[in-house]
Parts: sequence; structure tokens; C-alpha cells
Amino acid sequence: MKTNFRIFLLIGILALLSAIPLLGSFYTQLFTRVLIWAIFAISLDLLVGYTGLISLGHAAFFGTGAYVLGMVFKNSPEINLLVALPLSLIGSALLALLIGAACLRTRGVYFIMLSLAFAQMLYFFAFQTNYLGGDDGIFLLGRPTMRIGTIELIDLSRSENIYIFVLTCLVLLLIFMNKLIASPFGKVLYGIKHNETRMRSLGYPVYRFKLISFIIAGTLGGLSGFLEASHSGYINPSFFYWHESGLVLVMVVLGGMGTFYGPVLGASLVILLENFLPDLFESSQLALGTIIVLIVLFMPRGLFGILQRKNI
Amino acid sequence: MTIKSSIKGFDRRTLIKGSALSVASLAITGGYPSILRATTTPIKIGIFLPYTGTYAKLGSNIKDALILKIEENGGGVSGRKVEFVNIDSEMNVSKSTERINKLILRDKFDFLVGPVHSGIGMNMARIARKSGTILIVPNAGANEITGKFCAPNIFRTSFSSWQTAYPAGKVLLEDGMKRVVLIYWNYAFGKQTADAFRESFEKGGGRIIADIPTPFPKSEFQSFFTKIAALEPDAVFTFYSGGGAIQFMKDFKRAGLNRRIKLYSTFLTEGTAKAAGDASEGIRSTLHYATTLKNSMNERFKSVFLKKTGQEADVFAVQGYDAGELIIQGLKRTGGDTVSQKRLIEAMESSKIQSPRGEITFSKAHNPIQDIYLREVINGENEMIKIAMEKVNDPALGCELI
Amino acid sequence: MELSFYLIQLLNGIQLGFLLFLIASGMTLVFGIMGIINLAHGSFYMVGAYLAYWVTSLTDNLLWGILLALPLLFLIGFLIEKLAISFLYHRDHLSQVLLTYGLILILSSLQIIFWGKEFHGIDIPSPLNGSIALTDHQNYPVYRLFISFICGLTAFGMYFVIQKTRLGMKIRAGSSNREMLRILGIDVNKLYSIVFSVGIVLAGFAGMLVFPLNAVYPGMEENILIMSFVVITLGGIGSIRGAFLSAMMIGILETFGGVFFPEISSFLVFGLMALVLMWRPQGLFGQFR
Repeated sequence: MKTNFRIFLLIGILALLSAIPLLGSFYTQLFTRVLIWAIFAISLDLLVGYTGLISLGHAAFFGTGAYVLGMVFKNSPEINLLVALPLSLIGSALLALLIGAACLRTRGVYFIMLSLAFAQMLYFFAFQTNYLGGDDGIFLLGRPTMRIGTIELIDLSRSENIYIFVLTCLVLLLIFMNKLIASPFGKVLYGIKHNETRMRSLGYPVYRFKLISFIIAGTLGGLSGFLEASHSGYINPSFFYWHESGLVLVMVVLGGMGTFYGPVLGASLVILLENFLPDLFESSQLALGTIIVLIVLFMPRGLFGILQRKNI
Repeated sequence: MTIKSSIKGFDRRTLIKGSALSVASLAITGGYPSILRATTTPIKIGIFLPYTGTYAKLGSNIKDALILKIEENGGGVSGRKVEFVNIDSEMNVSKSTERINKLILRDKFDFLVGPVHSGIGMNMARIARKSGTILIVPNAGANEITGKFCAPNIFRTSFSSWQTAYPAGKVLLEDGMKRVVLIYWNYAFGKQTADAFRESFEKGGGRIIADIPTPFPKSEFQSFFTKIAALEPDAVFTFYSGGGAIQFMKDFKRAGLNRRIKLYSTFLTEGTAKAAGDASEGIRSTLHYATTLKNSMNERFKSVFLKKTGQEADVFAVQGYDAGELIIQGLKRTGGDTVSQKRLIEAMESSKIQSPRGEITFSKAHNPIQDIYLREVINGENEMIKIAMEKVNDPALGCELI
Repeated sequence: MELSFYLIQLLNGIQLGFLLFLIASGMTLVFGIMGIINLAHGSFYMVGAYLAYWVTSLTDNLLWGILLALPLLFLIGFLIEKLAISFLYHRDHLSQVLLTYGLILILSSLQIIFWGKEFHGIDIPSPLNGSIALTDHQNYPVYRLFISFICGLTAFGMYFVIQKTRLGMKIRAGSSNREMLRILGIDVNKLYSIVFSVGIVLAGFAGMLVFPLNAVYPGMEENILIMSFVVITLGGIGSIRGAFLSAMMIGILETFGGVFFPEISSFLVFGLMALVLMWRPQGLFGQFR
């Protein structure tokens, strides 16, 4: 792939995405969700695609990002994202440190299952804790905004503003990921993914590198949950549920893991499918399940893998 | 795969095309007086109910009864045809915001009908408050929907959890039950039911000797039964649903408790009563409907519903049927006009529905004011024993309309 | 509390443990021998229950229902292995996790298409539907004892097959060294098909035994899915012995936790699993592979 073409393509896609609000509020909200899940998928891809850690509990951070926001602002008439965002990110990072430290002591299928167990624990915790709204969850009735002191920067109760905000987050995240993967840190992760034993014998503190990767992924997962909560205004235990973890994993693999566009592509496809399948089939779950099975059987490298092979 | 959401061979894909067309034609005819436009285009009803998962049956009964009602009215109201678009809520709370937005923002319905689940119900109410679309809730019983979240454009044709459980306290006292154990699933609906029961039961001088919330959705009750057996209460008041309810009744009988302790509940539906077999025999429950109600409306409804769908009618079907009636009554009184929403809402508010459950009217918070019946399972059917409480009106705590 | 109270809890715990073992043993067997992690394993608990319900309603006899449903389920397992699972033997865990996740969605949809949305229960046949009086006001249902008995019998049967028969020898050889099988000239594809189908039948059998206590309904597998993961992970994936021990631990913890700490009982088992894995990252009896 030529660099010029790639930059041209990127600018083109970005221009198209920026024009989405012109399609009206339904498509604005739909694509906000697409972009939020793209962020969520990218955060998981750092684990699955770049560090070689298959997590089936990434929803733990999606939920935490959302619930931190919910706990702090459940009764306030206005939600200042500039205050809420750092809190959510710190909360998710701390949790990722704890869960990562425990999960990374093990590997393989045990890692998959233990990550799942932690997410399910949080699910039940949220479900049973009255303070967290129990199974009803938390409704954010306040108006989301961004302000410093008395100066309001953006009024996020308008859907096109929230869309642009999420889009900005995604672009910044893609730039960050690009730099991270190219950095010495990223090279070590690459080494760990492909031959952990060698990296260890070369003297790299593998556990620490994996843990840092886990914390970054968890924090970014928290970001996506935070965005989802401020976008939809409704937080509930199913944010933690393992179907969410499964769905985001599907996105990563469907798009092509360990690739730049892959997770974005995967998230777009799954969210759009989820939205339009119910129009066509009474049982959209059957269609989604079949698509997943077919992709695993016939497209192991994901959509982006196919694009790459055709050298687009 | 066949899609059953249609009326008279209307398949969903053409329907979607059709609705896209009608949106386009709306835009073109935009210059004409709104009344003309509003009385010629079809009325669009968006249905948001679960068709997969544990509550799938409830969803399809509500939908089928709603469509049945409109068909009985000739497939339209006041000269306007009625169109349905049907989306599976999948009982998925986290996807609900997106799906509801789709119904409200993209398809621009005149009426929304849904959902079954209380959490999704509150979410729907919250979004409908903002958008102003008329929402009719045909099941979800969370008190908040016609309480904290109430709005002029939100109606409910089912019940509030307070409404079904409050009369139970009075019933138990009338039956001479003084010492009662309260056991229920520890989730929102279970807690609201327990609270309403406790309120009326203790007010009347009853004593709750143990209050046992059990983890949702676990259905392992043996261990609690040993506790209950040791307490020797007069009766047990319980709230479980679906698989949990069936397990509870069967285990209760198998543990031999049903011989000494009377079991009471609210939401014992025909489906769960049947699946529990003889374990449900003799259980008393309070609800706004009983399939065996003797009124001509109910007799007719049950036979027509069975003929149309091949399914037995139940309380959920009644709630869907009445949602249809509410739409029809509202529209008839405005001559099919959906543009002046204020008039339409006023017309709906003053509706008096002759329902298979008896007559219902609407409170200021738009929750039905209805009789609550005491039923007892006799030979597998919920027989109506008496009216437990007449014209029960939900207190609608936190509602600004009151 | 009196002694009988604890006795009843213990009986319940053991019964739940046996049941979890029956479900999880199949999953751990499939992983141990074939290296396949099947997330959809718990779904076959539901499939088994529905098959048994379906045949029971046709023949009006629970025993026939179960006896005929078992070979049916074996056939279904065989087909799924041929159509999907057999493509996964040389693929990583990720592909396995995804494909079987898709399978969960498909199976739950097919259930509604084939058997509809209603709840269906049956009455337990007469010698088994009674209860035994432990004290004046404490009874214990016979059917639950029956479940424990049958599960125990199945567990013993499994032990016998694996330790004492030729098939068991192949299975043991396969789980310790897969290449060995090929060298010995054993038809690996056939062995895998059989093992996968047997694994599924075990999960389905658990569903068949339990549904008369309750009912069959859409979504009945939700809890079981996750519980079976916990059991096999805690015990050490691939170890039958480990699965037995952890199933018993979890069964008893669930029951006593539900009585004494109902508020936190839902995450007790996950907590136990996390603790054990921190102490032994490969589970109680497992090995990393």
C-alpha cells in the first residue's frame, strides 16, 4: 500500500465521517455508536492483536467507564465531561491494574476464562448493588456539557456535537495507537506476542510489559464506556455482560486483528448489521450467529485481511 | 423466514419501502395544509417487544392482540390505514437506546408500543419524554414509568407493580393470615412488589416474620424452604416469574410445605401455572385479569384470539389488545388527526375502555385505573374468586402531572 | 439451626455439584483430548432438555423421552463436529472461542424456531415424585436424590470407561500426547467425532435430568453456560478429576453461600475461581499446554 494513497484514503474517510450529521439525527446517533464501539474494539485489539492476550472480559472496562460517570453525576442537572472523563479513565485504569495483575499470572484458556470471570463478577455486583441502581441501572437526566469554570466549550446535549466529540476521540486514538505500535514498547509487545519465551530469555520483564498493555487497553475500554454512557444517558449492568465482551471480540476478528483499520471496520459492520438485521429477519440473532461462524471458517484474517491481499 | 408482523399480506420489506416512500411524499406535499396530510396518510405504529429469549412469548402475544384489535376495526381508524413496524427488543438493555432511537428518529411513528422489560420501559419513557412521541406501554410494570418518568405522551395499558401487589396485603388479612414470610427475587420488580405488599399488609395489622430477598435469577430455593418450614408462618407471599416461579411452586410442593402453608403471589400467569402442573393448584394471586372472567367481552376475545393465532389468550394479550383500543378511541375522537397531539392526548386520556378484564380508565399519570382480582388456581386455571380491590389507582409517586 | 438444616443444604450442594460435574466433564473432556474450547457447551444442556421434553410429550413417558433423546443428541453432536468443529483443530483458541460463541446465538434461535416460546413442564413420574420426611417439618424430594444417584453412576461409568477400556486408553493417550495416536494408527477423526458427541451428550443428559424439576423455556441455558466455564477452569482444563472436585466445591459453595450470604452469593464462585487461579494459575489439576 502506497503511503500517498493511504493518506488520501484516510482524509477521504474522515471527510465522509464528518459529513454524517447532515443525514439527520438518526444517522448521527447510529454513527456515534459505531464510532464508540470502534474505540472499544481498538482498545481490545491492543490486547488481542498486538499483545496476544485473548480477553473475553473486556466489557469490565466498558462498564466501569460508564458506571464511574453514572455514580458521580446521577443526580446533577449538568454533567461536565471535563470533570467526569478523567475520573472514568482513572477508575478504569486502576481496575485494569488489579484485574490485569491477577489474570496475567495465568495464560492461554485460563486467561480467557479468568478475564471473563472478573467481568461477570462486576456484572453481578452492579446488578445487586442498590447504590449502583441495581438491575434498573442509572439514568443520567442531566445535560452533558464541557465547561471550564463558567465558559461553556461545547453543548453536548446536541447529538451532532457529541458525534464530533466522539469522532475526535477516535482520530486521536488512532494516532496514539499508530505511535504506540511503532514505539520500542510496541516492538516489545510484538515480540511477546510471537515468541514470549525468547523475549523473556532476552531479559525483558514480560509480565510488566503485558500489564502495561492491559492497563492501556482497559483505560481505553473505559473511555468507550464513558462515551456510550454520555451518549445514551442510560447505564445498566448489561454494560458488563459477557455478550458485550463477545461482541467486541467478534468485531476485532471480523475486521482483522492487529491491523490499523480492522477494528474500526469490524465495529462498523457489526453495529450496522445489528441495526438493520432486525428489519430483515425476525430472528436477527440467528443471522448474526451464522455470519460469525462463516467468518471464522472462511475468513480467518478478517475483512481487512482480504483488503490487504487484494492490495487495496 | 416469514414475517408475521404484517396485515393482510403486507410483508415487512415492502412496508419499509412503503414507509420510506411515505416519508418522501410527506416532504413533497409539505406545502399543503397539515390537516389534509394528516388525515390521508397511514397511521404508523412502531412495536418494540421481545421475540427472542425468556420473554419471547409475552412479546408475541402482545403484538398479535394489538394487530388483532386494529384488524377488527377494519385495519384502520377514521379512514386512515394503520401500518406496523416491528422490532425485536431481544430483552437487550444495552442495545435498547439505539433501537428506540431508530424507531423514534428514523421511522417517525405516530405511536410507539413497547416494551415488556421494566428497565427498557424506563429507558423508552425517558426517550419518549424528550421526543414527544406517544408511547403506550403494554406491559413493563416499573412504578417509575407512570411515576418519576411520567409525561403527557406516555400511557400504560398494563399495570404498575404497586397496583397488583397492594391489594394482596388486604386479601391475606381477609383470609386470616397474620404471620407471613415474604420471599422474592432481589431485583427492581421483585422489590417494588414486596414493598407494596408490605405497605398494605402492615397497615392492616399483619406481621411479616421474615423478609427474604433471593438472588436474581437463581432458582435454587430448597435452602430457603428449610428456613420457612422452621418459622411455621400462616402464609408465604412471593414474587417470582418464568422459570423461577415454576421452580418455586414445584419445590414448595415437593418439600411438602403446600400442605401447611398457603402460597400467595401476584403475577401467576396461565403459562407458568400450566407448566408447574399440579404444583400450582390452590395458589392465590392478585392481578388485573383472570382468563376465566365471566364477561362477554372476555369470552369473545379469548375465542377470536385463539382462532386468529392458535394461541390461548392471556393477560399479556389483553394488555396488547387494550393498547390497540386506546389508539382507536383516541383517533376516533380527533377524527383521525395525529397532528394536533394535544387534542389526541386529551382524547386518549379520557378513554373508557371495555376491556376483557372489565372497564378501565386512565389516571392523571396515564396508568390504568382498574379492578384487581383475587384468583385461585383450580384445575390448572386461574379462577376469579372475588374483586380484591375496586378501581385501584396507582399513587404515581414523583409524577409531575399530578 | 438444627442439624437437618445443614444436612439438607449439604444434599442440595452435592446434587448441584454432581450436575455441574456432568455438564463440565464433557467440556473438559473435549478440551483435554481435542484441544477445543467449546463456549457453546452449556447450550447443549438446553438442547438436551428440549429434546427430552419433546420426546416425552410424544411418548408420554419420561424414561422413553430421555432414552430416545440421548442418541438424537449424539447425532446432533456428530453433525456439528463434522460441519464446524472439525475445521478448528489446527486453529488457535481465538477462532474456537468465536465460532462457538456464534454457535450459542444460533442454538438459542433455533430453539425458538423449533420449539416455540412457551414454558413447558412435565410431572415427575410417580415413584420419584414423593418426598422423604427428615424431621417433623423438613422434607427432602426423592427426585433430587435420584438425580444425584444417576449423576454419581454416570461419573463412575466415566471413570470406568477411561481407566479400564480400550476407548479409554485411546482417550488417555490422546490427552497426554496427540501425536502418539496417529503413530499408533488410531483413526483420530473418528475418535474426535465420538469424543465431541459424547461430551455434548453429557451436558444434554444433565438438562434432561433437571428439566422435570422445573420446565423448559427459552434462555434456560444462560446461567449454565458461565457456570460450566468456571467449573472446568477451577478444576484445571482437561482434567476430569479436577472437574469433579471443583464441581463439588462450587455446588456446595453456591448452596451455602445462597443461604448465609445471599447478597454476595452471585460472585462468590467467581471469587473462589480467581483466588484459586492466583494460587495455581493452571487450576487444581490442570497443565498448561
